[in-house]
Amino acid sequence: MAPESVTPASGSDGGSLFGRSVRRIEDAALVTGRGRFVDDIRFPDAAHAAFVRSPHAHATIRSVDVSLASKVKGVLAVFTLDDFRPLLAKERLAVGLPSPSYRQERDRPVLAGAEVVHVGEPVAIVIAESRYIAEDASALVEIDFDLLPAVADCRAALAPDAPLVHSDSPHNELAAFELAYGDVEGTFAAAPHVFSDTFWQHRGGSHSIEGRGCVAVYDGVREKLTLFSSTQAAHSARDVLVDLLGWDETRIRVRTPDVGGGFGPKVVFYQEDVSTALATMLIGRPVRWAEDRREHFIASTQERDQYWDVEIAVDDDGRVLGLRGSMIHDHGAYTARGINLAYNSALVVTLPYDIPAYRMGVTLALTNKVPSTPVRGAGHPQGIFVMERMLDRAATELGIDRAEIRRRNLVPAEKIPYERPLKSRGDTFVVLDSGDYPACMEEALRRCDYDGFRERQARARDEGRYIGIGVANYVKGTGRGPFESVSVKVGTSGRVLVHTGAAAMGQSTRTMLSQIVAGQLGGDMDLVEVVTGDSDGVPIGIGGSASRQTVTAGSSAAIAATEVREKLLALAAIMLEASPEDLEIAGGDVRVKGVPDMKVGLGKLANSVGGTPGYTLPGGIDPGMEATGNFLVDDLTFCNGTQVVEVEVDIETGRVTFLNYVVRHDAGIQINPMIVEGQVIGGAAHGIGNALYEWMGYDENAQPITTNFAEYLMITAPEMPSFDLSHMASPSPLNPLGVKGVGECGLVPATSAIIAAIEDALSPFGARLTHSPVTPAELVALVHAGAK
Amino acid sequence: MGEKREITVSINGKTYTEEVEVRFTLADFMRQQLGLTGTHLGCEHGVCGACTILFDGQSARSCLMLAVQANGHEITTIEGIAPSEDELHPLQEAFRDNHGLQCGFCTPGMLTTLLEFLRDNPDPTEEEVRIAISGNLCRCTGYQGIVAAALDAAQRLREANGA
Repeated sequence: MAPESVTPASGSDGGSLFGRSVRRIEDAALVTGRGRFVDDIRFPDAAHAAFVRSPHAHATIRSVDVSLASKVKGVLAVFTLDDFRPLLAKERLAVGLPSPSYRQERDRPVLAGAEVVHVGEPVAIVIAESRYIAEDASALVEIDFDLLPAVADCRAALAPDAPLVHSDSPHNELAAFELAYGDVEGTFAAAPHVFSDTFWQHRGGSHSIEGRGCVAVYDGVREKLTLFSSTQAAHSARDVLVDLLGWDETRIRVRTPDVGGGFGPKVVFYQEDVSTALATMLIGRPVRWAEDRREHFIASTQERDQYWDVEIAVDDDGRVLGLRGSMIHDHGAYTARGINLAYNSALVVTLPYDIPAYRMGVTLALTNKVPSTPVRGAGHPQGIFVMERMLDRAATELGIDRAEIRRRNLVPAEKIPYERPLKSRGDTFVVLDSGDYPACMEEALRRCDYDGFRERQARARDEGRYIGIGVANYVKGTGRGPFESVSVKVGTSGRVLVHTGAAAMGQSTRTMLSQIVAGQLGGDMDLVEVVTGDSDGVPIGIGGSASRQTVTAGSSAAIAATEVREKLLALAAIMLEASPEDLEIAGGDVRVKGVPDMKVGLGKLANSVGGTPGYTLPGGIDPGMEATGNFLVDDLTFCNGTQVVEVEVDIETGRVTFLNYVVRHDAGIQINPMIVEGQVIGGAAHGIGNALYEWMGYDENAQPITTNFAEYLMITAPEMPSFDLSHMASPSPLNPLGVKGVGECGLVPATSAIIAAIEDALSPFGARLTHSPVTPAELVALVHAGAK
Repeated sequence: MGEKREITVSINGKTYTEEVEVRFTLADFMRQQLGLTGTHLGCEHGVCGACTILFDGQSARSCLMLAVQANGHEITTIEGIAPSEDELHPLQEAFRDNHGLQCGFCTPGMLTTLLEFLRDNPDPTEEEVRIAISGNLCRCTGYQGIVAAALDAAQRLREANGA
């Protein structure tokens, strides 16, 4: 479908909503404790589940003895894969993200059978009258393990003599692919300068403050299963259950209550979801499960490690001629979300810059760890880090200013829209669709007084203080298609009912949709009820990931609401004997402009096309006051931005303090600037955590060693900088609203800019930083090494 | 089932007398036995702060206390902050107006922590606010909206009290 112009209705009837920082419809319930999160759902006869998990990274299971656990008072049942088999059409969770790059299929089993391949892998589920009893009993399930060698390091995994992650594998290579364009060999052979570097990049987990959870209810009379789940993708969860159980869709409903943060890993369907569902059918009572934080560390997916070897070819003026290299990605023990995390990393590297030749060979290595899947940012921060750090390297080597080398290489505005010879995973070429990257960077530099920085730095050094500046540009593809379904209906109640496959996990999705819909239907957001994450709400849906929903669901909502608006006006024109152009929608009525008493209520209009048996619909109008939008889009729309960060490093303690944090950002048209700002700053906070605090550690036996919030550090309020946040607004040409996604964008360049700034601060000590996160101890060691 | 004791607690001004398992945490007692699900559990090891309540007016982690320890004490949770069903406390209003929440999961602990803080320090600096909530994790907001909400609430409360 070609983008059509949906102009927000103007004037008195709602147009002023679009682009305004209106209050969120989510908040009244959430600030009074009346939210309804998955663990708040109460069924009086619900039983509680606890999972028995592998304490080993790799082992064969010789036997599982549940007899002791089953005897504990209050235990209702203990189930293993053998108990579930009769109910299952398939035993493994298919992930449905195809790629020709796979060397082997590694879908997760519903519960581990003969072998466990990571710490935290579920082996059995204990159902009891309380969570306390279920957890007590789970410690009494006796599993006889034969330990096998484990693979902790994804580089070591690929060595010819490496132990096998799965004992039935020929090797540990999960997938491999290459992204390339241009004459890479020729470019490097002729290049005046080639510099090489090795990067280790690490990102931790999601750490939504709410863990995962589910409540499964089976209605034995109607033979219908309902799974309440904290998922980011209700429809896809339903479809996985359809696949596993071999049932049809009418018998399975997945509903998502309020979700306490998603950030990626909740888009994955997990063993716990299906096990809880199976258990409810076997015991005939609702079953609930809430993940605890340790389980989040060991059993929810995370991002972890990438190792890059990269070469950059530049001319004497710092123009980048080519970039090439290889990357090894820690995939974990199973495939839980395709290969897209590593793919995103390799795809994004050169996109902000006009670089003629590129080749990146990527290998996804199996390790004996929980699977890696996207966390907010989804591999993009790593790809951006490689490019930005290589630019800094070349700048240093050639004696060119770091901003200047970027000026010479950024994709110029006049080339936009710019098709790049790289394909996104949907097999379409990447097109940088809009934006002015150089102008964005210049303004960010200006706002940080970049030109005055070297003087500030010199003054600081005179005082014995070490300050540095870092610059990072990025683009990120957002609004991943192909669509998101939204239906808009005016009920006979006069209320506007919106159903969507989109998911709400804190990004203000319901406000965004109601702002768009109310904008077309009279401007009263209180009249709009938005239902997200209900697989029975709309027939098809995709859910919340990849900064996609404002683009896809927002556009669908605008299309559907416009259609309903036109129908309301056409019908009211007949009933009020007026021309549709003379009508407006306001206060729950359609009325004649300037004659507020000549009006008809939305509920009455809906009722008159709702159908009364035997009576003709007025004026040949179609039945029902509703419309469904499925705005189709294949191409990603790219948001872009620049972060310029000024830090001070305390060389005694390694403490990093932010002196200046400039965020310049272009996500197209803003529907609600307050929400956009919240998303960008929240993303940047996560990026600071990735640069300075968050490390998901494993020992050499792949045993996780950071499994609580004392060992794994999250950023808290005192460490946060105050931001200088400003926006550009290059409308996306790819959707009728001109919007781009914003959920991940504040995060993507943060690590690059921060690490660059720290390196710059410590340049008197010859510091070169090629990894993230960096710890205070490492910085102090760098100072000591450099001072010698 | 484990041993039970009878306890009497006042929560948000309402007195509850209940038999509770001695090993139940206060958070589980409130959430599971009393249905007061406004208090959230984010880590269950006392770091994230989502479960923070006011215990005799002092902020405390309800995941790190046993329900029986609350016998004879007064508790305020997020459900008890608003003055009435259809009215919000100025702190709640300020959270709404300053985008002090996104997913809302950390909000119960943020509100109770700040309620105590603003009572004891009605005219705080931004830095003092940041330190006050340094024991509460938020993954969504980057804390900026929360800090702005706290400063805004302080002003609203000062104006209300001064008037």
